Amino acid sequence: MLVAPVIAELQATGQSIHVWSQDDPGFPTSADNVGDDRDLQQSWQLNIETVPTVIRMDNDAESERTVGWDRAEWLRLFDVPSLGASLPDFRPGCGSMSVAPGMPEKLALKYGDIALQSRRIDIGELEDPMESCFERGWSDGLPVVPPTEIRVVRMLAGTNRDPAEVLGSVPPDLQPCTVEKVAINAVMAGCKPEYLPVVIAAVEGCLIDEFCMHGLLATTWFSGPMVVVNGPIAKAIGMNSGANALGQGNRANATIGRALQLVIRNVGGGKPGGVDRSTLGNPGKYTFCFAEDEDHSCWESLAVQRGFSSGQSTVTLFAADGVQGIADQKSRDPESLCRSLAASLLSVGHRKFAMLSDAFIILSPEHQRIFANANWSKQRVLDTLTELTTRDGSELVNGVDGIAEGMPEFLKDMELSKFKPGGLNIVRAGGTAGLFSAIVGGWLASGEFGSSPVSKEIAL
Amino acid sequence: MTEVFLDPTAELSPTVKPLLPRLSSLEGKTLGLLDINKPRGNVLLDRLEELFNSLGVKTKRYKKPTMTRVAPVAVKQQIALECHAVIEALAD
Repeated sequence: MLVAPVIAELQATGQSIHVWSQDDPGFPTSADNVGDDRDLQQSWQLNIETVPTVIRMDNDAESERTVGWDRAEWLRLFDVPSLGASLPDFRPGCGSMSVAPGMPEKLALKYGDIALQSRRIDIGELEDPMESCFERGWSDGLPVVPPTEIRVVRMLAGTNRDPAEVLGSVPPDLQPCTVEKVAINAVMAGCKPEYLPVVIAAVEGCLIDEFCMHGLLATTWFSGPMVVVNGPIAKAIGMNSGANALGQGNRANATIGRALQLVIRNVGGGKPGGVDRSTLGNPGKYTFCFAEDEDHSCWESLAVQRGFSSGQSTVTLFAADGVQGIADQKSRDPESLCRSLAASLLSVGHRKFAMLSDAFIILSPEHQRIFANANWSKQRVLDTLTELTTRDGSELVNGVDGIAEGMPEFLKDMELSKFKPGGLNIVRAGGTAGLFSAIVGGWLASGEFGSSPVSKEIAL
Repeated sequence: MTEVFLDPTAELSPTVKPLLPRLSSLEGKTLGLLDINKPRGNVLLDRLEELFNSLGVKTKRYKKPTMTRVAPVAVKQQIALECHAVIEALAD
């Protein structure tokens, strides 16, 4: 409104002026030539962020622009010395409606050259959008967010990567998976766009050959991918590494792990009853993702231990069963606590098994403090646990203790450690109250025989 | 007013692959016996080998490195080069 008289002044000088209005093509009445841009097409195409914006066109090409009312700037563009003489020298203008939150993606879809490749599926007027996702088999059993074009475009804004980039072939159908397909499934899982790079890295991780995703999906065993997030991105996107880190309630933890599972289901075609033959499964196959509490840990993080720098953000995937709690409220020295942890670790898979499953210990702050107070390094704890979980083969072979299950007879004269070298890992997470930690056992087929933990840097 | 969703799946359009021609006779043929490397798969294959050999049919044994992964290309190629048909034993 402020510049309405200025437009009249400019017209009086005979300059060729075209005004575009975002809300009322009848205004300003002083202008002869007001275009209707209520659909914001011109504003989007001209990349308008502030109104008013003045653009000087020479030979149909933009030569200069200025935003808001800045008298000196307008004088530079128009060379009319008396222009707006009665107005204040400067007013900053307002935000353009074309950049209102949510609007750029809408306009980009309508007028831009976004080329999403996925098949469009028309949902009938009488169909319930949520139900239609269930009916098409896209859900893990919980409701999914319907993957509309606008939601997918917004999701893709979370990464700089090309939507058409192929990340690899997802088992079991070994179908090529693009960034776009990951974004669609991330929408359905309930992710925010800023989680997308983490989901992409998790998908890339599960496609690394050593992770053996096909076998992990197909096995009758319980396991599925567990995702541990390290580095600055965990805090940036608000992941939970504290109280209830392995539980419900945090959107990033919940939806990143779920998105990975939905990619395997929808892109790879891996479904229970199909190639997924798990006898019982585990609740972590809906989602199993958390961040390590690096800020308060006395040790190097899992990612640093695996060769990354603390400034890098990473995901580490592990073929994980469910969570087994360990209570030890009485140990006050590291030796006693190690013996406690070791006793529980022996039960992973089967008490008489050795060198089969890997395992993670999710060490709580109160348990880690016992090691910190005694200046024990993570490696010292791991070495002690390895020693304490190494047993004579004669105690473990088939039939011993009246239990038919066990290790093959030919191992009876060997010392057998419970875990393969590097098969035991420790990360810190959890609330500050509770002398409890967790063991997450893994697939019986570990290492070269099956799955090894894999890490992948998160690329924005 | 209808909504438009983007397909989250791999958009597979099923292709029907014709089966290779079946063998009309085992005479002079070599059969591959593929062990997936899971316990007791060998029990079935040992018995099949015995039966086929008693009928004068040649057999060759192959083994995957681990049952958790698909057979390596080299194993598949070797079977294709050396055999007229293959029998794969599941296990447990």
